[in-house]
Amino acid sequence: MNTFQYHVTNQITLAKDTFVSNENARFLSGGMTLLPSMKHGLIQPDHLIDLSKIPDLQVLFETSEHLTIGAAMKHDQVANHPIVQSAIPGLSYLASQIGDPQVRARGTIGGSIANNDPSADYPAGALALKATMVTDRREIPAEDFFTGFYSTALEEGEILSQIQFAKPIKSAYAKFKQAASGYALAGVFIAVYPQQEIRVAVTGVGAGVFRWTQAEQAFLNPKINLSIERDDLISDLHASSAYRVNMAQVLFKRAFEQIQNN
Amino acid sequence: MQITVNGQIQELPVKDNTLLIDLIRDQLHLTGTHSGCDTTQCGCCTVLMDQVAVKSCTVLARQAEGTSIQTIEGLATQDLHPVQEAFSEEHGLQCGYCTPGMIMSTVYLLQRNPNPSDEQIIEGLAGNICRCTGYVNIIKAVKSAAKKMQETNA
Repeated sequence: MNTFQYHVTNQITLAKDTFVSNENARFLSGGMTLLPSMKHGLIQPDHLIDLSKIPDLQVLFETSEHLTIGAAMKHDQVANHPIVQSAIPGLSYLASQIGDPQVRARGTIGGSIANNDPSADYPAGALALKATMVTDRREIPAEDFFTGFYSTALEEGEILSQIQFAKPIKSAYAKFKQAASGYALAGVFIAVYPQQEIRVAVTGVGAGVFRWTQAEQAFLNPKINLSIERDDLISDLHASSAYRVNMAQVLFKRAFEQIQNN
Repeated sequence: MQITVNGQIQELPVKDNTLLIDLIRDQLHLTGTHSGCDTTQCGCCTVLMDQVAVKSCTVLARQAEGTSIQTIEGLATQDLHPVQEAFSEEHGLQCGYCTPGMIMSTVYLLQRNPNPSDEQIIEGLAGNICRCTGYVNIIKAVKSAAKKMQETNA
């Protein structure tokens, strides 16, 4: 790895100040993506600012309408938290399926969402669950937040602090893991809200997470044909785009059945 | 910086880009923790950090400042730890390279789930790769270790 200066703080404002006063700085959370990327020389920051010890980023609470999770909460903490398990079981399950035990012990929800890997699990949960990303300067709805291949609406130096999910009536996530990495070869999250509002989000299939409107309609009307028409489908050595689309159809049915049976 | 390793408080100079595994192996000369893939996949470098299994090749030493680390060397007291004993008895290894990581992940698993099913063992060791055994004897070893530890606690 290149040499860099490591900074750690317990306040968002201090993290911002450190970012502004140092050139070529990056924020560090769990490091499960950033550190391997640095080892490969893909990113060579001169300053790393560790956000993982900031108490404001480690909250987890619910109100009648929402479940709010601090950006530095680790996957294991989300998976095992009784509030998440009772408020949004599909989200708790999603967190339990990320990577492997050691990765879940370090990786964070904020890191995953800010990185927006096209095969990451959390973006599907955030988009289906009408999440609002709360940053140090504004609130961004999921629809505007995820802007495509590894890109988000976050500005330079903007810190994602909390993710606020709208509590659904029911939720389910179904995933097919890429055997080596544990990332989603395809993943489908279904959230059911009052007045027959259905939201379905798909990860691992397109260049970024997207809502699958046909599946949302098919949830209420099974006669609707489930296809995915997009020009950004992923096709790589792990699976062709046709395979991924087929898996999405299978996974939608699995998640659908889970919701019907609960 | 200060860090506790296998119960001993260590005060040592650490570069900002030093990985936890390099601190453990190169500065403290505890070479039981192995570096396999160096890309967060194989789990050979697994240690417990405040009792949680982490891949020490993907943690900066500075991120571990103030924590308590347990490595494979810190498991045995006078006798082998029951998990070490079980891996030896059940032949849960061939070349042994992945074994320190397997054992640390097993300790972490049994801490949370003292009586895991085969499926839970497979899931619990999903972050550790073995290229020799085919895992059959590893699963046997974990079950045997679970039994030993329950008998000790009973």
